[in-house]
Amino acid sequence: MSTATETAAAAGVIPGPETPTRRVKRRLTSRTATIAALLIAILWTVPTLGLLVSSFRPPQEVVSTGWWTIFSNVGFTLDNYTNVLAAGNSQLTMAQAFINSIAITIPATVIPLVIAALAAYAFAWMDFKGKDALFIGVFALQIVPIQMALVPLLQLFARGEIFGVPVIAAFGDGAGYAQVWIAHSIFALPLAIFLLHNFISEIPADVIEAARVDGASHGQIFFRIVLPLTMPALASFGIFQFLWVWNDLLVSLIFADGTVAPMTKLLAEITGSRGQDWPLLTAGAFLSILVPLIVFFALQRYFVRGLLAGSTKG
Amino acid sequence: MASVSYDNATRFYPGGTKPAVDKLNLEVKDGEFLVLVGPSGSGKSTALRMLAGLEEVNDGSILIGDRDVTDVPPKDRDIAMVFQNYALYPHMTVAENMGFALKIAGVSKEERAARVEEAAKLLDLEDYLSRKPKALSGGQRQRVAMGRAIVRQPQVFLMDEPLSNLDAKLRVQTRTQIASLQRRLGVTTVYVTHDQTEALTMGDRIAVLKDGILQQVGTPRDLYEAPQNVFVAGFIGSPAMNLFQADIVEGGIAFGNAVLPIPADVLASATGPQITVGVRPEDIDVAPAGGEGLDVVVDLVEELGADGYLYGHAEINGLRTDLVARVDGRRHPNAGETVKLVAKTDHIHAFDIATGERLNAAVVVD
Repeated sequence: MSTATETAAAAGVIPGPETPTRRVKRRLTSRTATIAALLIAILWTVPTLGLLVSSFRPPQEVVSTGWWTIFSNVGFTLDNYTNVLAAGNSQLTMAQAFINSIAITIPATVIPLVIAALAAYAFAWMDFKGKDALFIGVFALQIVPIQMALVPLLQLFARGEIFGVPVIAAFGDGAGYAQVWIAHSIFALPLAIFLLHNFISEIPADVIEAARVDGASHGQIFFRIVLPLTMPALASFGIFQFLWVWNDLLVSLIFADGTVAPMTKLLAEITGSRGQDWPLLTAGAFLSILVPLIVFFALQRYFVRGLLAGSTKG
Repeated sequence: MASVSYDNATRFYPGGTKPAVDKLNLEVKDGEFLVLVGPSGSGKSTALRMLAGLEEVNDGSILIGDRDVTDVPPKDRDIAMVFQNYALYPHMTVAENMGFALKIAGVSKEERAARVEEAAKLLDLEDYLSRKPKALSGGQRQRVAMGRAIVRQPQVFLMDEPLSNLDAKLRVQTRTQIASLQRRLGVTTVYVTHDQTEALTMGDRIAVLKDGILQQVGTPRDLYEAPQNVFVAGFIGSPAMNLFQADIVEGGIAFGNAVLPIPADVLASATGPQITVGVRPEDIDVAPAGGEGLDVVVDLVEELGADGYLYGHAEINGLRTDLVARVDGRRHPNAGETVKLVAKTDHIHAFDIATGERLNAAVVVD
């Protein structure tokens, strides 16, 4: 027990009766736990490192020797990358699919974020009849498996209109994009609303009330107070949604046909039709990792805690 | 500038059986500093929030000036509120915080800057205008919250325990600053606190609430010298007034072997053979040796320099009763001694034992 107190004191924690939370925190920050976490991280990264090394090796060497022989077998080439960008099917190349992936992912991230933030604000700070029931209903929608929604969605899209509005048809040749955006948005919304609601409802009531007394309408409160304060949650959910859509194969297999197909679909096709060319996949995989990495590092500064610091006494 | 009036204003919280504020009738004059005071759960904050429009008024109405604002949303009431936890916008600088309401109201950038600058000067915040709230101390945050209200130049200021998060010394300082600022600006102010000292020192008038019901409204002097019922008598004043039940005897009421004179007609209006008597600590003296009075065993003497407070207990009608008396700080009885205490006869408060209402007329010396 005395060692426990010392550790706690050394960690800057006020010594006191050990609560379960504190115990968990202490165990998770101990040296053993840190070493274990490091080991897992290394173990997890090694295959990716192998992939990266392989992607720069000449194809014949990739097929004949392992990536760890790179030092005895020095050979560096960008051929895999140039080849994979030119590869593809009869309708589009990998380079075009890369653009498609971006064209699909960005709207499919922004649309649900905007809708969910608005809905979460309404659920957290507006009073209307049936609010709780509606919220439970939205939350419960997460139970619906994505596979069950595919056929009804296809039927809906085949009609070319939603509630009489020719949403899909309006996109003409790009209808595939609209379909994927709508599908991804629908699948993301329940969780997004739930998570953002939890975050937005944590904003001190005083701050919202102060804004109301200061003369702000709901719209002004949302855009000037709530949205800036919700940036960490928006950023983290944005990253998850971005990664999910970027890496998605199922939804794009079904809704993104022909010229709107994203990278994931094309990569899968390359494996299928040219199993012998698998060195190309290493470069393809790295190209598709690139964008999520950029997104992650660009948004990670929003992962800051205590954005609410200074608002109220605490 | 405007007056404020509550007209039978009532607020029920959903699911509650008793109203949080029960038929409140209160007039706040133009430019007046009114303090709402009461223990926690007395409905004082609810009453303020009703005026702010943050709490629905279930019955009755509220007027600001001549305008009925009962169903007007907060943003259209032309009021400014200072919250207990300051409620600053954490992502904005001090200047942006103070100018937010003006920005919403569409005031031009130049005028906004000028008004923020002016309020900052008034509150000694000029050096902090570009800081975020988290880089400010508690006292500075409190001033920003005040500044946010001042910049608006509203009809009414509402303050919800704005000093309760400050340390004792700063609280006393800020207390006088707020009071003098209010007098300088002349804006009608409704101020909520649970601290009766704050109420006495700041308010032009004080309204005492308990369980959602208004007990008494009056100047600090009125409340101190003429509390209308037992609750107000015990709540206002520190240390609290001594309240005990005493027998009605010939010519007054018994206080040990002394008699405190109370007019017969006052006693006649009492509903029982006893009344509740209130005597403030400063109205009790130690009797000279051999004099008449109540035998009190001294438990403790608190020395405060010039004055001291004697805490003791006595048997009154077989009941142990605690008493506090103000004594000389240099010469006073010591703990453990038994002394005779006498009450000054001109400051005795008599209350009905059943209703708690005041019986005698108060002696208010102006």
